[in-house]
Amino acid sequence: MQGPLIDTLARRGVTRRTFLKYCATLASMMALPPTAGRAMAEAMSAARRPSVIWLPFQECTGCTESITRSHSPTIEGMIFDMISLDYQETLMAAAGHQAEEALHTAMKDNAGKYLLIVDGSIPLGQDGAYSCIGGRSNVDILKEAAQGAAAVIAVGSCASFGGIPKANPNPTGAVSVSDLVKDKPIVNIPGCPPIPVVMTGVLAHYLTFGSLPELDDKGRPKSFYGDTIHDRCYRRPFYDQGKFAKTFDDEGARQGWCLFELGCKGPVTHNACATVKWNGGTSWPVESGHGCLGCSEPDFWDGGSFYKALSAPADPLKFAAVAAVVGAGAGVAVSVANRVKKSAAKATHETTTLADLEK
Amino acid sequence: MNELQFLTWTRGPGLDIAVGIFLLGVLWRLIEIYTLGRKKDLAAPRHTAGASGLHTVFRRSLPPPGMLKRSPVSYIGGYIFHIGLAIIVFLGAPHILLIKNLVGLSWPALPSQFIGLAAVVTMAAMVVMLADRINKPVKRFLSTFEDWFTWAVTFLPVLTGWMATQHLLLPYTQMLALHILSAEILLVVLPFSKLFHGFTLFGSRWYNGRVNGHKGVPV
Repeated sequence: MQGPLIDTLARRGVTRRTFLKYCATLASMMALPPTAGRAMAEAMSAARRPSVIWLPFQECTGCTESITRSHSPTIEGMIFDMISLDYQETLMAAAGHQAEEALHTAMKDNAGKYLLIVDGSIPLGQDGAYSCIGGRSNVDILKEAAQGAAAVIAVGSCASFGGIPKANPNPTGAVSVSDLVKDKPIVNIPGCPPIPVVMTGVLAHYLTFGSLPELDDKGRPKSFYGDTIHDRCYRRPFYDQGKFAKTFDDEGARQGWCLFELGCKGPVTHNACATVKWNGGTSWPVESGHGCLGCSEPDFWDGGSFYKALSAPADPLKFAAVAAVVGAGAGVAVSVANRVKKSAAKATHETTTLADLEK
Repeated sequence: MNELQFLTWTRGPGLDIAVGIFLLGVLWRLIEIYTLGRKKDLAAPRHTAGASGLHTVFRRSLPPPGMLKRSPVSYIGGYIFHIGLAIIVFLGAPHILLIKNLVGLSWPALPSQFIGLAAVVTMAAMVVMLADRINKPVKRFLSTFEDWFTWAVTFLPVLTGWMATQHLLLPYTQMLALHILSAEILLVVLPFSKLFHGFTLFGSRWYNGRVNGHKGVPV
């Protein structure tokens, strides 16, 4: 793409007004002041086109699918026009050695300036042999690419926290980007997959202000991951009233009552699904009748059943029966010991007579 | 260990261990206490109106004449926090769900705001009672480590549960994990401390009432 982004968008039927509205919405979602929307529009339409390298590791391509196809045809998708996506295996036409060459050219030409996007976890087991691209292990590629990056954006729960590949027993020795890259600013955009607007919001912030947004203690943008699903959920009033769906097809479920008892992990999950929603604001998991899985939290896969309420035991109790038997056994043993002591005392008891006292 | 792993531990292995120790301790102590037995009283029983085990169970729930005036904090505060604890534990929706998962019984819950109010009132009563225990020289003299410890072990689950739902101090996930952990500590401590009165209270009242009733003394 050549020329400013605004021209490209105009060619695709996106009016200036729509673009401004989009920027204002993005700014408000990121809790930026109203003027930031305009600044964003200006910065993005002028388009410096920073080089972006996207490395896919142990992933399912769901993150790419989410970002490229969720609102098709979308402004989000077109935002990719404002960056120079120099390497993205799924989207690029090149393959094999040509693709590798594109990667190395981009890394050399933009050393120290490019944004590195990573999706997927990085396996360390068997010297990283579980996942290789062009004969090189993921860990090697990441270390080399991170060296020249201005910042790293870990897209999806796998890149952010290890995700499903890291789930117990973690056969490939999968780790997250932040486990390996220590000397570069990292933004985690977890989710399985993450919400498209979160990713474009971070990109827009970087393009507009030249910096990364404010992050929480897990490296997630606070503006999107500051609240829990539960706190922003439109079903929250039902929780507070104690109205819960007991099964997925009972009267409560039909009335849209709270899904806490069906295992919703909303109370412990930080994400923007409840406010931003999915598929162009159409719906989101809880609205469609299923509890939150907690996919944007570290190790959500090992957090017990998706269908067990947070206050219920994560696993069936293993010791209870044995403990009850041991306890009852101890009680009986002590009581037998007490009885033996009592009868021994009785047996050795000597009757005292008046004659004894006069002795 | 991140906070979600901590929470999963408290909901999984932590709960397993705590419930195990609780069951072991409760069964052990109940069997030990009730099999102790007592010597048979060979004296002829005397009958007096109001002298029996059942009478004593109820009578001891009320302050003896004049006592309410002498130590109002003990009676009123005691009643408030015991009833408050019962409301929170047995009528809070997440707690009912836990009981349902453990033993299969369930019943309707109260709204979470009401449970929150009950928690505040319970904590206030407990704090007043602690202050009273510290202020009154006789109470303080009679207090041992166990008294202070069991107060803390009872207070912490209420405090952490309330703070978790109100989003105070720590993120919900961490506070919820601390709440479950504190409740597990309570479960472990209960059978082996004076908190076991939850199980022995009515039994011992009945016993005292029965022994005295045999002698014709309504206590």
